[in-house]
Amino acid sequence: MAEEVIQSQKPSKPLVWNDPTYRALFFQVLVLGGVVSLGYVLISNTLTNLERQGIASGFGFLKGTAGFSILMTLIDYSEEDSYFWAFIVSLLNTLLVAGIGIFFATILGFFIGVCRLSSNWMLSKIAAVYIETLRNIPLLLQIFFWYFGVLRGLPSPGNSINVFDTYFLNIRGLYSPSPIFEDGFSLILWALITGFVATFFISRWARKRQQETGQQFPTFLSSISLVIGLPLIASVVAGFPLSWEYPVLRGFNFTGGFVVIPELVALSLALSLYTASFIAEIVRAGILAISRGQTEASYALGLQAWPTLRLVVIPQALRVIIPPLTNQYLNLTKNSSLAAAIAYPDLVLVFAGTILMQTGQAVEIIAITMGVYLAISLMISAFMNWYNKKMALVES
Amino acid sequence: MSGKLPYKSIEYFFMSLNGKSIDLLRWMKSNLFSSSLNTLLTIISLWIIYVSVPPFIQWALLDANWVGSSRDDCSREGACWVYIGFWFKQIMYGRYPETEVWRVNVSYILLVGALIPLFISGFKHKGLLTLFLLFVYPIISYFLFIGDSFGLPLVETSLWGGLFLTLVISLVGIVASLPIGIMLALGRRSSMPIVSAISIGFIEIWRGVPLITVLFMSSVMFPLFLPEGMNFDKLIRALVGVMLFSAAYIAEVVRGGLQAVPKGQIEAAEALGMSYWNTMGLIVMPQALKMVIPGIVNSFIALFKDTTLVLTIGLFDLLGTIQIIGTNADWLGFHIEGYVFTAFIFWTFCFGMSRYSMHLEKKLHTGH
Repeated sequence: MAEEVIQSQKPSKPLVWNDPTYRALFFQVLVLGGVVSLGYVLISNTLTNLERQGIASGFGFLKGTAGFSILMTLIDYSEEDSYFWAFIVSLLNTLLVAGIGIFFATILGFFIGVCRLSSNWMLSKIAAVYIETLRNIPLLLQIFFWYFGVLRGLPSPGNSINVFDTYFLNIRGLYSPSPIFEDGFSLILWALITGFVATFFISRWARKRQQETGQQFPTFLSSISLVIGLPLIASVVAGFPLSWEYPVLRGFNFTGGFVVIPELVALSLALSLYTASFIAEIVRAGILAISRGQTEASYALGLQAWPTLRLVVIPQALRVIIPPLTNQYLNLTKNSSLAAAIAYPDLVLVFAGTILMQTGQAVEIIAITMGVYLAISLMISAFMNWYNKKMALVES
Repeated sequence: MSGKLPYKSIEYFFMSLNGKSIDLLRWMKSNLFSSSLNTLLTIISLWIIYVSVPPFIQWALLDANWVGSSRDDCSREGACWVYIGFWFKQIMYGRYPETEVWRVNVSYILLVGALIPLFISGFKHKGLLTLFLLFVYPIISYFLFIGDSFGLPLVETSLWGGLFLTLVISLVGIVASLPIGIMLALGRRSSMPIVSAISIGFIEIWRGVPLITVLFMSSVMFPLFLPEGMNFDKLIRALVGVMLFSAAYIAEVVRGGLQAVPKGQIEAAEALGMSYWNTMGLIVMPQALKMVIPGIVNSFIALFKDTTLVLTIGLFDLLGTIQIIGTNADWLGFHIEGYVFTAFIFWTFCFGMSRYSMHLEKKLHTGH
């Protein structure tokens, strides 16, 4: 009887407004319509406002002459160059500080993370204090501390802090010798490149041979001698085509040499110290995530402490560490925009600051600035996805 | 106890001390001097402590000047806390009129008074209190802060500043971004392609750009978006930027919680014939939100630190006020004191909250 009931009550076709497919469609059309109309209102308002203020829209303004100087440039730049060139210069400055920050934050972060895991109680506590202090203080405050608090307190050029008559630290920045490349320097560069390429192929060949025959090859020693030895030989051959220009105090300021402006010092210092505290926690979590059994099994197989770390623990820990680590790199790159607060000429200060003030092209400039950061983010997250896929455990 | 002779208790004391000291030695041997490397590390650590801690204590406490009213009261050998004392009102409330500061304090007391019962485990009306904090309290505070009604004089937002402004921006940012974040998280996990595409786009755009550009956008571009003649003040514009930015992060936190709710829960709710909103509101969200409270607290910590960026668009929060008073001609050269004090305030808030979030994580970690 029950079957009859079920058969007689075939699920009737729902009414249109109760049908999930139609509902979903209706809802989506509603949302899309809402977003599109909001966008329309915003764009039309913006266009009327721009027209009222007499600002032409479009990216033509990038060709205009910049007319302002930039405190620090990695490539040739003068006031007669275009806004576009100023944009490139400031973008390079952003990438420079991000690169420096990532480099030092990684080294320091790994070091402190390992210290935090040390069996030495005192060392581990010092690392913990470092981590808990630095990551709970706003980055901008730390930048201000280094810039206004510490670097502004440095002596004037006349009373510079002198390190071996080579490096001079004063309120205007850090002066160091700059290399002068003479003829034949390219030979050394080529030797270095050859060294790296040879190392790459040798290590590949050595690994293959070890897998096939079990014979080991002193890869490390041979690559070290290649990378250092070849350029050395090349420089002897070319007659040491490199000299240094030392900074010299002339009058009230130093001339010659290479100067690192205090803004860059403060910014890189704060960025690396701050991010290192986050990286340290990531490293700690990554190493702790590897179960003790892995180490014990490795010892049981006769591997010693260093091979265990290198072949068993680190490859597995990296799988846990890399994704949050790239996230921190991303954060650091975005945080480098705080440069604007201490007038380091980065993308935000020069492009979204000076150029925006001069041209009034708010929409285009903010869109380009955001687009640049967004592109960097997307590239880093694309790399992360690729890496995750590569490193993910393949369980058959 | 009372019948025992005094020498007996002294003997006990020495015995316990003895045991402790042996324990201490054993502990030191295993944790500090277990090997030659370990001993070396201990010595290096002791040296680090020696070069950093005593000079700081000397500067911040022993040599410091605590009382006075001008810079002449500071010897400059140690920290000059007179500086902080002199500007304390500014640091706390910005340029909020002195006669009206009580309004801010009333709001603080109300907040703390409403928060305390939430931490008492036996308290019964937590839900009601949370609703009060989320919906009624902001309205009360709004009228208290702005005034211009109920007989209170108007206080322009341009006068707001100091720690007060920092708290306003971070609290409004987090509370207002919660509902948006939840909707975005639901949208991202929705099976409707257009809804999920819009949500993903929104989340990824805001997460991919630095807050400073968002603030620039809200201060420079926002006025262009509005029809002619309509304008919001600077604070509202900054708040909108902070809110959108934080909503994207909250959305990702909430999404983590949604993913952690077992699929069986949704299927069971659907089997009972519940609609989408009933399923989400009554079954999934209560479980998901409970799990993500630590994540939300962490987002709040991040936002709290990030509010310092508003000084780049001309709002004077805690750090902005410190920067301003640092340029006062009568008080030049006390940057370090200002920064150390600000760092202390931020650190206390952030460290406290991060410990609380850790505690919650442990408490909520009931396991499925």
